[in-house]
Formats: sequence, structure tokens, C-alpha cells
Amino acid sequence: MLRLLNLELQKLLLNRTSKILIFISFVLPFFVILLSSLKINVFGFFTLELGELGIFNFPVIWHLTTFFASQFKFFFAIVVVSMIGNEYSNKTIKQNLIDGLSKKEFILSKFYTIVFFSLISTILIALISFCIGLYYSSYTEASIILRETEFLLAYFVKLIGFFSLCLFFGMLVKRSAFALAFLFILFIVEWILFGIMAWKLDSNLAEKIQNFFPLKSMYKLIDQPFQRIAMSKFPEKANLVYDYGAHGYEILIVLCWTALFILLSFRLLKKRDL
Amino acid sequence: MESILTINNLTKKFGHLTAVKDLTFTINKGNVYGILGPNGSGKSTTLGIVLNVVNKTEGNFHWFDGNTSTHDALKKVGAIIERPNFYPYMTAAQNLKLVCKIKGVDYSKIDEKLEIVGLLNRKNSKFRTYSLGMKQRLAIASALLNDPEILILDEPTNGLDPQGIHQIREIIKQIAEKGTTILLASHLLDEVEKVCSHVVVLRKGVKLYSGRVDEMISSHGFFELKSTDNSKLITLLEKHKSFNKVISKNNLITAFLSEPMRSENFNEFVFKQDIILTHLVQRKESLEEQFLQLTDNN
Repeated sequence: MLRLLNLELQKLLLNRTSKILIFISFVLPFFVILLSSLKINVFGFFTLELGELGIFNFPVIWHLTTFFASQFKFFFAIVVVSMIGNEYSNKTIKQNLIDGLSKKEFILSKFYTIVFFSLISTILIALISFCIGLYYSSYTEASIILRETEFLLAYFVKLIGFFSLCLFFGMLVKRSAFALAFLFILFIVEWILFGIMAWKLDSNLAEKIQNFFPLKSMYKLIDQPFQRIAMSKFPEKANLVYDYGAHGYEILIVLCWTALFILLSFRLLKKRDL
Repeated sequence: MESILTINNLTKKFGHLTAVKDLTFTINKGNVYGILGPNGSGKSTTLGIVLNVVNKTEGNFHWFDGNTSTHDALKKVGAIIERPNFYPYMTAAQNLKLVCKIKGVDYSKIDEKLEIVGLLNRKNSKFRTYSLGMKQRLAIASALLNDPEILILDEPTNGLDPQGIHQIREIIKQIAEKGTTILLASHLLDEVEKVCSHVVVLRKGVKLYSGRVDEMISSHGFFELKSTDNSKLITLLEKHKSFNKVISKNNLITAFLSEPMRSENFNEFVFKQDIILTHLVQRKESLEEQFLQLTDNN
């Protein structure tokens, strides 16, 4: 396993473009969160301090940071599709197989890399959230800190799921740009299907079904936190109440998609003549 | 003899097109094999199948004794297919390091093999800065990294300039002299003739011949002759029972033997018939002539 990971890391880290993109997708959100937690003095007129809004309190901070950081996943998605696209355009996938890598190992080396970077990203986010939270939060008891840390797990699963989808599209169309276009098309298709179902059936049922779609199920893992913050400011407004939790069944749905995408990628490669 | 690769009734279909049809042959240790055939005869497809990149339709093949999986067997094989495929953004040394990781070979081999192909002084240049000849030599270095039991080369001199072709051939000859089994696919017959002891001839995916180069067609060779009196010589040859075909072209007579005959006996015979030869060469058909004869007949 380490051999396969090592193999893929060499391919990625010696490539300048993917190095920059990896930096952007994992290190940039880290810094942005760090910066936003600082006191910002806007030209001496007033001081903007997001921490005062209570959004960096435990346990809300787990929700907020994971939601925010996951928006940067698109940059690493480019890396994932290009790591497949490049293997095809350089024909190095063929050479790898001739040199004695099996098709299974080839897919696994990509998958391990996805898991590896998702894990690093999760650890980074956990660390920064923990530090900022400790600094701002009024409650620092272990039981409160540890509450809602399932958002970290959800974040981890969400990244793996999304990148596995990218991997599958990369394998399917062999070209990075087309694979990204496919992602966009899938997004539209999911909404069109939702629209049709909402029109023919009722919108509640349609939304329930939509929650099983690949992109939507990944999005649903970490719901947007703004409504929740608003909710805590105006507890009397009942229409703001929504289910924001990262539930076990939601994680399960995404894990199923992940397994399916990896399996399909492998089947695709196995059947293909290179 | 220890077999390295055994292919049984291998068939590959691309839709309606049959690229390889019912192919059977064995590669034994220590020989240099050539796969001959015009473009599109199924050479690369056959190699692709045994190298795990093309799926077979029917039949089977196995490496070595048949107890190793294909991808593990390939770690003991060195192969170059069509064009050299490497990561353009990595240096030669980095590319070879990656191959070492795949094959499980020690990094110390990298310099040793780069030395053989004469690229040691360019080892830290990026692959994309290489000329085609250098790329192809790097591919050979990469194929040699694991000191392979068999080296498979598919059109190794394709697209190279004369100097590059010469360099590659010299390297192949050196490797062959060390006793490495080589499988060379090519449509360039003189290339195969220079290094191979055995050939497999393919046409349209069908095997026409496999065996030793010198036994490819049952022929006893021919004489090329010139004399002071050509017309008399021709009449004499046509009556002689040892010759089955006589061709005269541009004053050069080519007489094909139907049974073995030594040139000194032939010279003595015509001299006794009052014909003096000014030119006498006994030859066997070149591989090219044999190949054309074989592909025409079928």
C-alpha cells in the first residue's frame, strides 16, 4: 500500500501544476480561516472581529470550518482528473502496466492518494478549528469541544466521495477538461431530475430522492451553516429550523457511491484495450 | 529447453476485424526471436496481449512456468512498445526511479543502465528536452533496469535517423551477446536478419511460419553467374537436373537449385563444358526474399 501511495506521490509532487493546485486546495483554506479569525481593523473606522459573532464557539466551529474548507475541494478535483488525463495523454498508463503494475494496483494507487490527501486535509482543518475554538470559545469543557466532531468525519468522507467521482469521470473520458465538464453536467442533470420529480410527484418526496444522488448526497453531508447561525441569533423564528446534522445514513450513502465509483473505474480499465 | 512465453490459440477481435487469429508459438530461453509482418499484421496486438494492456478474445498465454500472474511476470520482463512513454516533466533519473518502484528494483541500477545507453551525462535533464533518439535509448535503459529474462522490442528504430538506428542496433547486439532472450517485432527485415536466430512470420493476424531463420523456406539457395557465353550457359543449365528455375536479367543469370550442390563442383562441371565463368556467387535467399516468397505463396 505504501509502495502504491509512494508511486503516485512521486508523479504528483514532481509536477509543478499539481503541486500548486494541491497547495491551493488544502493550505489556502487553512490560511483563510486563520486570517478571518484575526481582528481586522478596517481603515481605522471600525474593527471587524468575526469571533465576536460567536461563530468560532464550540461546537459550531466544526460545522463552519468544514463547510467552508470543503468549498476548496474543486482545486484538488482538477488534480484528480488531470492525474488520470495525463496518464492517458502521455501513454504512461500503458507503460506502467507493461512495467508490471496490475490494473487493480493502478486504480488503488490513485485511490490511496485521494484518501491520503483527504486525511491530511481533515487533520489540518481539525487542528486549526481546535486552536481557534480554544481561543474564542466561552466553553472549553471536553464534552462540548468533542460535540459535533462528526462533521470532521463527514468532511473526510465528503472529500473521498467527491474525488472518487472525479476519478471515475477521469477514467471514463480520459481527458481532464471533459471530465470536469461531466461534473458540471451531472450537477445540472441532478437538478433537472429534481425539477421533474418535484413537478410530477411532490417536492418533499423529490427532495428525499434527490438526497440519494451522488453530488447532492455529498453536499448534504455538511449543510450550509449560515441558517444555523441565524437560528441561534433569532431562536424565536421557527421557520429557520432545519436539519443540519451530519447523519450516519448520509455518510453511508456517500460511502456506497465511493465504492461504486472505484469499482466502476476498475471495471472500465479492465475491459479497455490501451 | 526452458520456455519463457507460451502462446496457445490466441485470438483478438476488434469488432468485426480479427487482428490476431489462432496464434500459437513458444519463446525459449536464450534465443533471439523476430516477429515479422507488414504493418497491421497483428504484431503489436500480440505483444499488447502478453504485456497486459490489450484484452484477449480467446485462447491463452502464460509466462515462464505458468505459475506467476501476468503482472508479476512482467516485473521480470523488459519491454518497449511503439514510442517511448515517460512523464515529460520528470528528469530521466526520476522517470527511471519510478520504474524501479514499480518493478521493485534497487535504485543503484539507474546509473548503471544509463551508462549502457550513453545517457549518464544527461540524467538530470527533463524528459521533454530529449530528442527522439535519446528518448528511445532511455526506454531501453528503463527496460533493462530489472536485468530482464526477456527483452521485448516493438519497432525500436521506428522514426529514428540513421545514426539513431545504428546506436539502437549496437545496443541490441550487445544485449543479445550477453545471452538475454530478445523478442524483436519489426517490419524492417534487414534489422531482424542481423540479430535474430528465430522468426515468427505473421500476415493479417495469421501465423505463416515460426522456426529458425535459415529453415524458413525449403530452398538450397541459388547461383549468380556471368560467363563468356551466356546463351550456351542458359541452355546447359535448363537441361541440368539440379536446377529448377533459370532467370536471366541484365547479363546476370540466376539459377535456383533443386538439390544441394557445391560451387566448386559446379565450376568444374561448366568448365568441362567449355564455358568459362566470369562471375560465380552462391547465395541463400535473404530474409527479405524469403519473406516475400512466403507471403506471396499464401
